[in-house]
Formats: sequence, structure tokens, C-alpha cells
Amino acid sequence: MRAVLLDGPVLEAIARGAAVLGAGGGGDTGVGLLIAQQAIEESAPPELVALKDLPPDDLIMPCGGMGAPTVSFEKIENGDEGARLREHVERTFGKPVVAVMASEIGGSNALTPIGWAARMGLPVVDADGMGRAFPELHQVSMHVAGISPSPAFLTDERGNVVITRAVDGPWLERINRQITIEMGGTASTAEYILTVEQAKTAAVAGSMTLAVRIGNATVGAPDPLEALIGELSAVRLVDGKITDLERRTTKGFAFGLATIEGIRSDTGRTIHVEIQNENLVAREGDRVLATAPDLITILDWETAAAIPTERLKYGQRVTVIAFACAPIWRTPQGIAVAGPRAFGYDIDYVPVEDLHA
Amino acid sequence: MPERLGLRIGIDVGGTNTDAVALDATGALLAKVKVLTTPEVTSGITEALASILQVVESSEVTHVMLGTTHATNAVLERRDLRRVAVIRIGSPATHAVKPLFGWPGDLRTAASAGETIVGGGFEFDGREIAPFDADAVRRFLGELPERPKGVAIIGVFSPVNADHESAAADIAREMLGDVDVSSSHEIGSIGLLERENATVLNAALHDVARKVAGALTAALQEHGLKATALFAQNDGTLMSLGQVLHFPVLTIGSGPSNSIRGAAHLTGIDDALVMDVGGTSTDIGAITGGFPRESAAGTDIGGVPTNFRMPDIVTLALGGGSIVGDHAVGPRSVGYRLTEEALVFGGSTPTLTDAAVAAGRAAIGTGAPDLTETLAEAVRTADEMFADGIDRAKTAKGDRPLIAVGGGSVLVPDRLPGISRIHRPENYEVANAIGAAVAEVGGQVEQIIHGDLDRRRPEIERLSDEARDRAVKAGADPATVKIVDIEEVPLAYLTSPAVRVRVRAAGPMAGPPRITQR
Repeated sequence: MRAVLLDGPVLEAIARGAAVLGAGGGGDTGVGLLIAQQAIEESAPPELVALKDLPPDDLIMPCGGMGAPTVSFEKIENGDEGARLREHVERTFGKPVVAVMASEIGGSNALTPIGWAARMGLPVVDADGMGRAFPELHQVSMHVAGISPSPAFLTDERGNVVITRAVDGPWLERINRQITIEMGGTASTAEYILTVEQAKTAAVAGSMTLAVRIGNATVGAPDPLEALIGELSAVRLVDGKITDLERRTTKGFAFGLATIEGIRSDTGRTIHVEIQNENLVAREGDRVLATAPDLITILDWETAAAIPTERLKYGQRVTVIAFACAPIWRTPQGIAVAGPRAFGYDIDYVPVEDLHA
Repeated sequence: MPERLGLRIGIDVGGTNTDAVALDATGALLAKVKVLTTPEVTSGITEALASILQVVESSEVTHVMLGTTHATNAVLERRDLRRVAVIRIGSPATHAVKPLFGWPGDLRTAASAGETIVGGGFEFDGREIAPFDADAVRRFLGELPERPKGVAIIGVFSPVNADHESAAADIAREMLGDVDVSSSHEIGSIGLLERENATVLNAALHDVARKVAGALTAALQEHGLKATALFAQNDGTLMSLGQVLHFPVLTIGSGPSNSIRGAAHLTGIDDALVMDVGGTSTDIGAITGGFPRESAAGTDIGGVPTNFRMPDIVTLALGGGSIVGDHAVGPRSVGYRLTEEALVFGGSTPTLTDAAVAAGRAAIGTGAPDLTETLAEAVRTADEMFADGIDRAKTAKGDRPLIAVGGGSVLVPDRLPGISRIHRPENYEVANAIGAAVAEVGGQVEQIIHGDLDRRRPEIERLSDEARDRAVKAGADPATVKIVDIEEVPLAYLTSPAVRVRVRAAGPMAGPPRITQR
């Protein structure tokens, strides 16, 4: 096995790739990148390991941050949150944690667990719980695979630790969201703790290396967009300009509707992207172009850098792409958790490649 | 010449030229001059001022407005910066990214005397993260290897509650005597690292601010001017000489705002696209409701990210000096050597100016070169680049008017796609200096407001009062200052409603009563 070190250049690639996999959400990767960079400078770059190279009965700790990205960019974490989560996971389960796993590869949550792993001297698993970004704790592959979310762990920079034994994932989401607000709008969490053996079927394998590949695809490419689309086998939905943007927040979810009018060879087309923290549905008139759980990402059409939903702006020139989600989301259970109806859209899920066959 | 009162002099320092104008109280132009920008900047300003004062009497001038690159250059060249103590208040939070982490090493060495993170700071809803650790501030300042020349204080969520920053500032003054203190809640908005970076740069720029304020004051005295001096800032508004001593970092990036404001003033249009064509590049921006449209992202200064909002500009590597090659125009330019190197001035380098003259768009220099296929193609290429730039700068459907300014604006064709009408005002070449002269004085405040709409309304009222107050402190006339923009951005992923609100106020500057021309 060839060990991959998550060093400086790799972290930068992961930051770019994680932004694309965020599908508009997951929070800007800038601060997460600094957190990981400082951690590897103060400790050492962690190793990236495959699940098959770990002892099957030991524990994997899926982890990340929960709450408002805006708060996390102001009240940055302490850095020792990961170690505290691990301590309580090991004490509760009576077993060692052998590796850290990002619960969510999309956005800043791809990077903070790498910082924690560096500080603990633990490796990072080449997998995650989503293959993208989703807003709620239970919207993870482990939930779809039937892994128990409890006991779940939540901590803050002060050292408060809350262990929640919720009856199911949606209850965990509801309870821990409230605790997060009490902790100041952000918290560090670990839930759906599982063994290496369980993770082989319950986690989305290969997501860290996918983020690295996406991040490296555009570097030095003569046409960064083509390079990215090729890497992801993505569908180019439209080249256009944002001509309208509606935003509102209801119960903590940032709802929005972006209107993109086609330019160049797409002149005359109008595409709407529906946003609930992430880009969830793309339509052209009555025709559905793509829906969650497949990924819809809005890119800067020159640099191919992903634009998070909060940075979308009237007049931006963008290319909207869509690409396939991890296979687990396409099972009936996966569609029930993260398909269009889970977000309140009266649409049947059809895989993006079938919509554009 | 009859004596006139209430004249204003606007000076704008650009990369190539320093421009100056004198306007009367009605905004009409009385004098204009362009001189080369000097490497140390100040002597160019003095020269431009002297030249204007050959046309107008110093006793007539009540205000001098300066948009300068002193602070920008100091940061870019790491020159004249002083080393300041950096105190972040937020422990046990924020240790995962330490102050100045990721700064270029040489800038950090030039600007920092030492950094610490002490206990304290606030949550987004106003609760304390931890009690303020005054002893830690005392220990840090007492144990620094050198006496700091300034202090930068940054508290977590200080835009929500500045109490801990104020407490730390009191300790710094008590221990260090008459020291300049930069507090982050007065400088930036939500986003700890960007606000911290801007605050540290601000503290490090105090000597530069003194130098430029001193130089301007000296130049005014030398010419017997008793005018009020004001400085242009990045958001297109002005601040007083006193303010610039406290907030020098805010002068960074005033150039694009000045030319956009100037274009609006020259045409009387306050909703349009503005194209400023220089020797090397073209900036396309927009004016909306009388103010330059801002970019959504923050600005990188000298390799350091800050959250200053600059005008939203599309820059094309295309200007009057752009060199014409085979099937290409620019990005190389002859720059300020246009009058030596261009064909129309007897030189041997074909430039876009030559192409425009050959195509009959302008009469410049001593002759018209033949319209070769190369030059004709250059004009077509440039027109396509202008059209593409306009399309990128537009933010709404439908045609909009365009105001063409800057020395190279004769290159702009009479018709462009997406443009309803092209305005070519008189004195287009000094629009930036005019923009400095006519700018208003502004103030802004930003905060996270917790609670639903009913609770937000009185809070927004309070923020509006504070923004007005800040504008008045910066020199605006209390009678006419008004709120120009209220921006509300909801915070995502929280179940209780919280909104980031930014309020901007602006108004004409206070000063001696305006007396109309006799």
C-alpha cells in the first residue's frame, strides 16, 4: 500500500474539490483549509488510508461541524474538539478509534476532521458519509445503511460534551440542532459511530481521493471547465448568467431560487435552480434537468471554481453542471432520505444520466 | 477674475498619472491637470496642486479631496509599516487559526511585534464566550520583547458587542501611554480573520497616515490654503483628515470608486455602466442609485485577505497604449510612453490608439497611419473585447446607458451591443479626480440581529442611527446625511432566525456655508 499524506498541496486540492462536491452548500472551504494547514504545521500531515487496510473490528469516527457557517467563520474552533470527541467515543464504546472520517465531504466539513486527525496522530479514511453536502445529520449513508446514530457526541470549544441517545436519526437532528444553538451557533459532532467492517458497506468509499482528483483536474488545464466535467462525467446543464436571485430563510434553511439565462450556444434558454442550503433541483420550464441526491453545482465559467449559494450574485457568469451521487443514495431508502420528496418537491427522482440520455 | 467661494480641489493618484481638478460650488469644472505619478507619490500631488493653484486662488478653496495610493504601496512594498501588538479576544475559541497565520513572512515581520489570544469575546447572540481576561492582556503587553508602536485589538463578534475590545484598549493605553489603538469593530464586518487582517494592517499603517496627512497639510500651508482636507475611501465616500489618522487602511482602493462617481457627476446619470479606459487597462463598473456597485467577495491586499468591499469591476487588458500585434491587441502596452512610441506620435510601435486614428475614430498626434488590415483587425478585436466586458459587467436584462471616461475613451465605438446610449462627457479624462471632489461622506455599521422581523425593525433603526452618527463623525453634514443602503443576509443552518444586517449612510460634507457665484 502506498501511503498518501494529506500535506499542503493535497489540502488545497481537497478544498477545491470539496467546494464542487458541496453542491452549493457545506460552507466556504477557506477557513477549513486554514484550520487543516495550521494543524499539519503544528503536528504532522495525517495519512489517508483505505478501509481495507484497517483492523475490521475497530472504530471509525465520522465527524464534522454543525451549525451556521457564518458563525464558524467568526467564532473559529479551538482545535481540540476532535480529540475530545474521540475520548468520549472510546470511553463510551470501550474500543479504540483507529481513524477519522469526514461525515460530509462537501464544503468545509471535508477539512476540519483532517485538522483533528493531524492533532491526534490518527489517519483519515478515504470515505465519507455523503459523497456531497446535505443539511441534516441523518442525511448520511450510514443512516440509509441502518447504522444507529446513537450514542452521538457533541462538543464545543469550552469543553462541554453532550451525549445524545436519540431514537432515530431525525430525532438526533432535531435535538442536536437545539444544543448547537445553545453552544453558540456551531458545534463539533460525531455520530453514527461504526466499525471498519460496517463502514465498508455503509460509508461512501473513495470520497477524499475524489476530492483530490477534482481539485487537481482544473490546475493548469487549458479549459478548466472541460477538465472538471471530464473528471466527473458531469452533464453541462447550461452556460449562462444569473439574472434573478430570490432568497428567504425559514426555520434555519436558506431557501432560494436562482434564474440563469443561457448565453453563447445556450442563448434563449432559461434554467431555474432551487436552493435549500444546497442546490437541489434544476428545471427548464416544466422539464426537470437534475434533482438531489444527484449533485448540482454552479461553477464560475472561467475558473471552474464552485460558487457556494451564499456567494451567488446577480450578473455572475456561470456554468451549471450535474453529476451522479454515490450509488447508496439511489436505493429506495436513499431516495426516501435525500430524494426530491424529502425536500418537499413533488418530483420523482430520475438519475441525471437518464434525464440526459 | 471675481472671487469665488466654496471651491473644491479633487486629486486622484493613479498608477500612471496624478490628476487634479478644481470645481466651483455648483460642481462646474474650473481647472484640470494631469502630471506623472512619482514613485514616492507626494511630490506628484504637490506638483498637481501647484498647477491647479495657478488657475484658482487659494483663498477660494474650501475643500481638498485626495484619493491616494500611499497606504496601498506601503503594504505592497512593506515600506514604512510599524510593528504592532496583536490582541485577539476569543479564547477558548479560535485557537485553530492563530492571528496572522498564512500571512506572507515578510509582511508579518514588518507589521507584527507579537500576537496573543486571550479569554473573552462574544457569541452571535450577544452572550459572552468567556469572561474577558484582563490579566492576560497585561501579561502579554508587559512581556513583549519590544515596545509596540501600536495595538490591534480583535474580539470575536465585536460587531455584536464591543465591550471586551474597549476594555482591552483601555489597558493598552494605561500601560503604553499615548499609543494608537485599532479596534476591529470600527474597521470591518463579520468574518474574524478578514476583519483581524484589516485591523492589523490599519494599526501598522499609522506612520504612513501621519506622513500623508502631514504632507498634504504642508502642501496646503505652502500654498496658503485654509481648506478642509478629506480622503477618499474604498467605498466611494470621503473621510476627514482626523479619521484618516485612525483608519488609514480604508483609503486602500479608492481609485475605481472615484472614476465611477466622477462619470456620474459629469453626466448627471446615477444608474449606468461606466467604462474607464486608461493606457494599459479598461475598468468597467456600474453606478446604481448614485453609488458604485460593490463586489460580493472581500479584497486581497498584499497577499492578505480582508473583507473590504471594493467596487465590482470587470478589468480588460486593453487601453490606448495596448500594442497591436498579428491578430492580437494587448495585453502588453507602451503605457505612459504612448507619446513617444505610438505611430501617430512618430514612433514605431503600432498601438490601439494608432488603430483608432487610422479607423477615423479619433484625431490624436501628428498623423493618421494607413488603415492596414492589421490595424483594422485590431479595432474589431478591441470592439469585441469591449462588448464582452460590458456583457460581463451588466447585472440586468435590457439595454443600459454607458458613460465612457478616461484618457483612452475615444477608442470606445459609438455603438455597443446591450448599450442604449453612450455618453461621452466633457472632461472625461479627469473623471477620477472629479469623483474625489464630488464624493459624499459615509459611515457604515454591520451586525447580526437575532430574532424575527418584529424584533429586527427597531434594531435596524438603531443601526441606522449609528451609521448616520459614523458618517457625521467622518465629516458629513448632520442635516443632510441619509441611509443609502440596508442589506440583510439570513444565516443558514440555524433554526432560530438570525440575520446579518449592514447599513450604510452618506451625505454631503459639512463645511462653511456654500456661497453661490457672484
